[in-house]
Amino acid sequence: MRLHEYQAKRVFADAGVPTPASSLAETVEEAVDAAEEIGYPVAIKAQVHVGGRGKAGGIELVENAEEAREAAKNIIGMDLKGYHVRTVLVEEAVDFVNELYVGVTMDRGEGKPVAMVSTKGGVNIEEVAEETPDAIAREHIDPAFGMHPFQARKVVYEAGVDRDLANDVASVLRTLYQLWDDRDGSDVEVNPLMITSDDEVIAADAVMNIDDDALFRQPELAEMGEEAAEGDELEQKADEYGFDYVRLSGNVGIIGNGAGLVMTTLDLVDHYGGSPANFLDVGGGAKADRIANALDMVFSDENVDSVVFNIFGGITRGDEVAMGINQALEQFDEIPKPVVVRLAGTNAEEGMEILNEDLVTVEHTLEDAVQRAVDYAGEVDK
Amino acid sequence: MSVLVDEDTRVVVQGITGGEGKFHTEQMLEYGTNVVAGAVPGRGGQEVAGVPVYDTVHQAAREEDANASVVFVPPAFAADACFEALDAKGLDLVVAITEGVPTQDMSRVYRKLQETDAHLVGPNCPGVITPGVAKLGILPGNIFSSGNVGLVSRSGTLTYQVVDNLTDRGLGQTTAIGIGGDPIIGTGFIDALELFEADPDTHAVVMCGEIGGEDEEEAARYIGANMDTPVAGFIAGRTAPPGKRMGHAGAIVSGSGTGTAQSKINALEDNGVPVGDTPEEVADHVEDLL
Repeated sequence: MRLHEYQAKRVFADAGVPTPASSLAETVEEAVDAAEEIGYPVAIKAQVHVGGRGKAGGIELVENAEEAREAAKNIIGMDLKGYHVRTVLVEEAVDFVNELYVGVTMDRGEGKPVAMVSTKGGVNIEEVAEETPDAIAREHIDPAFGMHPFQARKVVYEAGVDRDLANDVASVLRTLYQLWDDRDGSDVEVNPLMITSDDEVIAADAVMNIDDDALFRQPELAEMGEEAAEGDELEQKADEYGFDYVRLSGNVGIIGNGAGLVMTTLDLVDHYGGSPANFLDVGGGAKADRIANALDMVFSDENVDSVVFNIFGGITRGDEVAMGINQALEQFDEIPKPVVVRLAGTNAEEGMEILNEDLVTVEHTLEDAVQRAVDYAGEVDK
Repeated sequence: MSVLVDEDTRVVVQGITGGEGKFHTEQMLEYGTNVVAGAVPGRGGQEVAGVPVYDTVHQAAREEDANASVVFVPPAFAADACFEALDAKGLDLVVAITEGVPTQDMSRVYRKLQETDAHLVGPNCPGVITPGVAKLGILPGNIFSSGNVGLVSRSGTLTYQVVDNLTDRGLGQTTAIGIGGDPIIGTGFIDALELFEADPDTHAVVMCGEIGGEDEEEAARYIGANMDTPVAGFIAGRTAPPGKRMGHAGAIVSGSGTGTAQSKINALEDNGVPVGDTPEEVADHVEDLL
């Protein structure tokens, strides 16, 4: 789960990381009032989870009330790479001489956290990592001990930060690690950490991603995450149903159990010349009503022209799945989109007998089921 | 022969009194697994499916001579359950089924694991099965058959699909290991491949990977440099968009484009591992390799 910039900054500021004066605004008037209060120049920044906000027109630097009004009008309500901008952060513009990168993330290959510092701040750090990997200093942290103070100093000096600034930057890094550790962070970073002409450090942006699996013990952050929730209507509906769901751009709807098998079903749709509309994993042990909800989800995607249901039962039972499919389809006078079903594994044969073949097409192998669904979707195109 | 699990495996089930724990204990017993104890704090002295329950894993291991554990404990307590199992004398295999364990918890468990000689399989995995002998976890026993193919996979149901294709053609399995779909797991591909390489009865190995991380790439290099036993591969997630978590916590292509299916497929093929476009093709490759 990802916090908005303004939320992450609030968390960072509470922990003692210096941040610019700022205020959140939902309307043009609020934005102008905030700008007047803070004093010019100010930056007006769209609060959406989009990389490269500045280039896309989501950040404007303004010098007076007139410009502030104009910028707020432009940004509030704009569509930024598919995301609707509801709020802006009005923030003191920092006069900086240098920009650093400071962050903590999980190195999954090593199974432990890694602290990173670079003097190439202010640009996409993944690009820096790609093009000049030596420009990022890294230090792995033993999760049993946490970050030793010397490790923060070590990585800061290795990165080539000026001696006059090293203590302050190391202090920011230690705070970020503490937040990462206490708040179940997956990525916690400041980019850029700005250096002013009088050697002050100040966090001009803030990223805080939280491990979804740890939200049960981070109630405060979970609540912020709900506020920050954005994106596709169907993806939000899937959250309510508790499905793992990702919307794609194709027209073959896909429902299955287990992440690897559902991904494989998507890949096969592509392999046989079709285009997947979504990833939907009903999870293990799904009962009939859950299956019906899944069908409802995929039917409500207007791009979908056919649906393939691929269940390989381990703890999921074929008879339960079949009942769910019947239940979902029997409520229609006319089936909205053709449904192909393939059941295997636990109670698959019982399931096949239960399935109403007036309502669905039954196939016995994964390959046949996918090809049939791709064919159906192709016929609709014509 | 087999790896990790054999006739001498004596299992303690952690969380045996919960719904999942009880159901799968019955299933494991039915398959012939030697489940000798359960461990649930406060439930010592009870019985589940005829299996005696102890308050701690230490008691269970000591009293019943258990040498393996299966964890069916809810996510919030799963890491502690793994620590408890790793701390108990004589337990050299821990299979953690639980899905949704916080990553930082697993980072600490992983750190502990480095200090022991034990194998931890999972979390978020279907378990380990040696067909005809025993299963530890939730895999449906009826689709497996005994034979010479080793299997290691990050995904549960995809494993079933591939095994089904193998079994259909009479290609039985020595052992199948579901290593789990989380970002940090105990036994990785390379650990499993090492075990299969050392097993004289495993004549070919199937490795099923998916998007996210670089474990498959590292495994591919390991295969190229160290293995005589032939390997066939499958990679799920060719159509996954960057930045989206595809069900498994670990299945994500990063924004900068690492962890893609193509990178993994290339790494495998560069190291002589044929990769199937479909599960059916994986079985074709295995037939060729044997």
